[in-house]
Amino acid sequence: MAAWLIPLIIAVVIAAGLYREVNIYTALTDGAKEGMQTWAAIVPHLVIMMAAVAVFRASGAADWIAGLLQPVTSLVGIPPEVVPLAIIRPISGSATLAMLDQIMREFGPDSYIAKLAAVMQGSTDTTLYVLAIYFGAAGIKKTGDALKIGLLADAAAFIAAVFAVAWLL
Amino acid sequence: MVSAAFAFLLLSGFVFAAVNGTMAEVNEALFQSMEQSVQLALSLGGVILFWTGVMKTAEAAGLVRSLAAIVQPLLSRLFPEIPHGHPVFGFIASNMAANFFGLGNAATPIGLKTMRELRRLNEDRDTASRSMITFLALNTAGVTLIPTTVIALGISHGAENPADIIMPAFLATILSACFAIIIDRYYAHRRNR
Repeated sequence: MAAWLIPLIIAVVIAAGLYREVNIYTALTDGAKEGMQTWAAIVPHLVIMMAAVAVFRASGAADWIAGLLQPVTSLVGIPPEVVPLAIIRPISGSATLAMLDQIMREFGPDSYIAKLAAVMQGSTDTTLYVLAIYFGAAGIKKTGDALKIGLLADAAAFIAAVFAVAWLL
Repeated sequence: MVSAAFAFLLLSGFVFAAVNGTMAEVNEALFQSMEQSVQLALSLGGVILFWTGVMKTAEAAGLVRSLAAIVQPLLSRLFPEIPHGHPVFGFIASNMAANFFGLGNAATPIGLKTMRELRRLNEDRDTASRSMITFLALNTAGVTLIPTTVIALGISHGAENPADIIMPAFLATILSACFAIIIDRYYAHRRNR
């Protein structure tokens, strides 16, 4: 099922492009060029954040915090190994991408913990960053309930991820 | 905030290493990470470039606009403050559609334009209006069709089925977006009382 999804999306996009008489090759390469800018913008964040995440994990601090939180997280059914990712996710997407990389390295990319962490990362956004940019650009100083709602929705996504992985994987 | 997160991870790691006697491991991991991060960046590059290409083609073929046209009629119920037929509905729909296709570069400028327009509708006050909070609740929920970088990461680690996270991630993001709308309504109701 999942193996069909990406080829299907690509086929639909290309067919729609041909139908609307878009120069698809130029559109693809122009888009890839834009992707290159996105990519280049991510790399410095990734290198810097990965160093901090590597120190955090190698020191044993990550395991210690996970152990501390185990009694609480086991109530909701979230493995403690993904808790640091859940906490940092609304603040920095690069840091959690680095954490996900470390989790895949340690537990294997097909392990339950890696899959759950991947779904948690993929179903949420960097809430604080989004709010800072959008409110900043509009010059809004009193931001009301936006942060509360964003963070609660992130928490909901993490819990939904546990059930979605159990149900669909 | 990002600085605080960075400092916390790094410094708590160093302190913990000093107490726990894992400084040698930390030192090794630090230099390993610099090599690994560049490898990671390289393996992410191909997927990000290719997928942005596909999604820009979707935009050129009018698919983003079609999705925006489908979403737009639903929006007047979510944004009761905005006058009927106001052009900002078009911006909101385009922003949501671009985000859905993972076109962050296209979504952000439209989103910023939306926020400025919403501020004008709110008589230029520097307080967030109900519409702004709803709009941002939809944005921070991060509804995306394909979480590209996560799949790329799975591929680079040799996952058997790197795309199999698409469905659960989509389900989780839809559920959290619905939840965001519900609590947004709840808070708006409470403010008005």
